[in-house]
Amino acid sequence: MDATLKNQMEITATKVRMGIIEGVYNAKSGHPGGSLSVADTLTYLYFARMNVDPENPLSPNRDRLVLSKGHTAPALYSVLANRGFFPFEDLKTLRHIGSKLQGHPVYKKVPGVDMSTGSLGQGISAACGMALSGKLSGDCYKVYAILGDGEIQEGQVWEAAMFAAHYQLDNLIAVVDNNGLQIDGRIKDVMSPYPIDEKFKAFGWHTISVDAHDFDALEKAFNEAETVSGQPVVIIQKSIKGKGVSFMEDNVSWHGAAPNEEQYNQAMSELAAHLEALTK
Amino acid sequence: MEKKATRESYGEALVMLAEKRNDLVVLDADLAAATKTGIFKKAYPDRFFDCGIAEANMMGVAAGIATTGRLVFASTFAMFAAGRAYEIIRNSIGYPRLNVKIGATHAGISVGEDGATHQCNEDIALMCTIPGMTVINPADDTEAKAAVLAMADYEGPCYLRFGRLAAPVFNDKDTYKFEVGKGIELKNGDDITIVATGLMVSEALSAAKVLEAQGINARVINIHTIKPIDRNIIIKAAKETGRIVTVEEHSVIGGLGSAVCDVVCESCPVPVVKIGVNDVYGHSGPAVKLLEEFGLCADNIVSVVKKTLGK
Repeated sequence: MDATLKNQMEITATKVRMGIIEGVYNAKSGHPGGSLSVADTLTYLYFARMNVDPENPLSPNRDRLVLSKGHTAPALYSVLANRGFFPFEDLKTLRHIGSKLQGHPVYKKVPGVDMSTGSLGQGISAACGMALSGKLSGDCYKVYAILGDGEIQEGQVWEAAMFAAHYQLDNLIAVVDNNGLQIDGRIKDVMSPYPIDEKFKAFGWHTISVDAHDFDALEKAFNEAETVSGQPVVIIQKSIKGKGVSFMEDNVSWHGAAPNEEQYNQAMSELAAHLEALTK
Repeated sequence: MEKKATRESYGEALVMLAEKRNDLVVLDADLAAATKTGIFKKAYPDRFFDCGIAEANMMGVAAGIATTGRLVFASTFAMFAAGRAYEIIRNSIGYPRLNVKIGATHAGISVGEDGATHQCNEDIALMCTIPGMTVINPADDTEAKAAVLAMADYEGPCYLRFGRLAAPVFNDKDTYKFEVGKGIELKNGDDITIVATGLMVSEALSAAKVLEAQGINARVINIHTIKPIDRNIIIKAAKETGRIVTVEEHSVIGGLGSAVCDVVCESCPVPVVKIGVNDVYGHSGPAVKLLEEFGLCADNIVSVVKKTLGK
């Protein structure tokens, strides 16, 4: 990736992380860990890859993204706000009564959200439907589905995996955010989904493994994904839950907890320092 | 009288619909031969997609297709649509209010020989609890076709319930008009009202004839739309006839009888007696014999009506 673009991506991703912390802190609840682990990927997709228009969020030819791991809505909301779909200030209303920013994303209520998600395992099926419909119409849009690594314990994910391969949905790119943690602990201890790549391969998918926090690697992975024809692609990204906030990193207790004021200040000052270093 | 299963009407109606809606897509879960979406598949193979035995995914795929603006019907047996895929229908179709039509066949006890695992007597209850879901249970071929065509023009999620067993075609094809949410008074009467839905409507009409010969003048109302239910026709009947018997091929919990009771209790309390499946599982046997055994037949309606009137 071009050095300037990479620097821009890192700056934007840091702002996205600040938006995540802002939202979850003001909500006094929510899911910061998995939001931070997927922040770089969502930033890359919405700022460097996807054909979307904040002025026309329901444009028929847009690329679509289904956040199948819907509990990480704070990341999606922050990316959309930073991308101009709605004001950054709105992030402070996350999970408040009357806010469009519900605990889990709602289609048509939030500009830029392409599907209501939250109940795990369901988003990937909807993404398959979007991809199938695009194929049927000859539209050239791409559909991205973002899954959690714990989420793939849901049987519906594998029903969808079979479907996508059967109908050769090469306009569908799934991402499995492999941060290794779920509510009850490490995924390998709770109910191991490993080996993830072999499972998808066996279901007929093209698989790519990538470091979720390296924009060069992300670009390479999504470039490769676009060259694949006749089969769906899954990018399994090794990520760090809570990435970017020192005390949240790889710590399961930040799956679904909000920082208190002191923790909020620490998180924001860490991110601000990182931002300053990037903008020097 | 001509007889036809409403699932057959469903398959034929999809073909009629495809002629004017080129955005129509039909999904099934390995039951096309039984749900009769196979009729559509044969006519429009490019717009039919088999999802295999994976109903949860099928409902999600339907939701995704609907977001792109297409009209989509998703079909399987009532048991696996309303039952197995309930939560996907609630969260992926109902909550975003997507324009998905669920064509559920083999509803009720008249599935017959397959037995309890396939006899869904709970689907109306389940689907009615989903906010914004329209729930329709057509009574015959004429009504089933009209309902499919009408609901194609209606924007929003809809559950359509069809049966396996051939049902008498009593509605006149030329004059019948389907209006969503509107009950139909099939026979006037002042002594009591029989409110029926689906396969039980023709039984209610037969019962009313027998009752008439015995000097009891029963009103017969066909409720094809369980939700939103036609409050006015029920309140009017409660006021004018004072007693109601409901008949449905469904559990007495959460179906037509419950919906009628809700209306009557709120607006015009009168006695309501529910005929339906009484909180039990079905079992294997020929459909007609099972319907008789469970009291879902004209003879039982006659006796319940007489008992309700103290005769």
